Amino acid sequence: MSEANPTVELKLPIIENMELVATQTSEVVSKHMDLSEEKTSEISMALIEACINAFEHSETKSEIYIHFIISDDRLTIKVIDKGKGFDTSNVKIPNIEKKLKSNERKRGWGILLIKELMDSVDFESSNDGTTLTMVKNKINNE
Amino acid sequence: MSKIIGTEEKGGVVIISTEGYLNKDLALAVMEEASKHIDNGTINILINLSKSNIVNSIGASIIIELIEKLQEVNGSLSFCELPSIIEKTFKIMGLTKYCDTFENQEAALEQLT
Repeated sequence: MSEANPTVELKLPIIENMELVATQTSEVVSKHMDLSEEKTSEISMALIEACINAFEHSETKSEIYIHFIISDDRLTIKVIDKGKGFDTSNVKIPNIEKKLKSNERKRGWGILLIKELMDSVDFESSNDGTTLTMVKNKINNE
Repeated sequence: MSKIIGTEEKGGVVIISTEGYLNKDLALAVMEEASKHIDNGTINILINLSKSNIVNSIGASIIIELIEKLQEVNGSLSFCELPSIIEKTFKIMGLTKYCDTFENQEAALEQLT
């Protein structure tokens, strides 16, 4: 990816439902890139989950930053928080059978959804914060 | 922004119709509404999502709690007119293994009543 890639940057305060601001932006970017309706809604859903994770789990009091990096063949989205970070190797894959009929909390689906809805997902996390990078390819890889 | 736009009972099925973002607040409202009917003995719940175009995992997790509550009374939870992204999200999470989905309300009621 060259530095010439057009990039849209958002700064979101930690306020309930602000993730919808991010989805409105992603819809405009997706339309600009001529992405399909299906891909557009998958990006929106993944972005909602990424924002909620950043809002809730980072425990940051400051804003989160979202970069939409447009290239010919893909949309790359970075969701950046300055929170406490997390151990990426310690993320459990949720299972509905285990969650039903047990006292296990019903939450914890965000990362699974992001991974299923996007073409690639990567986390970089430290005590200074987390950067989630997720990519949606313009054309499906067969 | 998001709310319940209607609740009606037909043939032993409670139909709850929603509008807007199926987030924590709306899912809790659906849970509260459904619980009132379950507690009064109507244990088949149909949620019409035709006017809800997006969900988040917090809202969906509350729906899992509703499934659990219905399982305790041998009830059922069904959905109709799901936007494709909500259906896809529910499939990824495994919710659709525990709920029937219908193309529209008429088809749902034909099957459920």
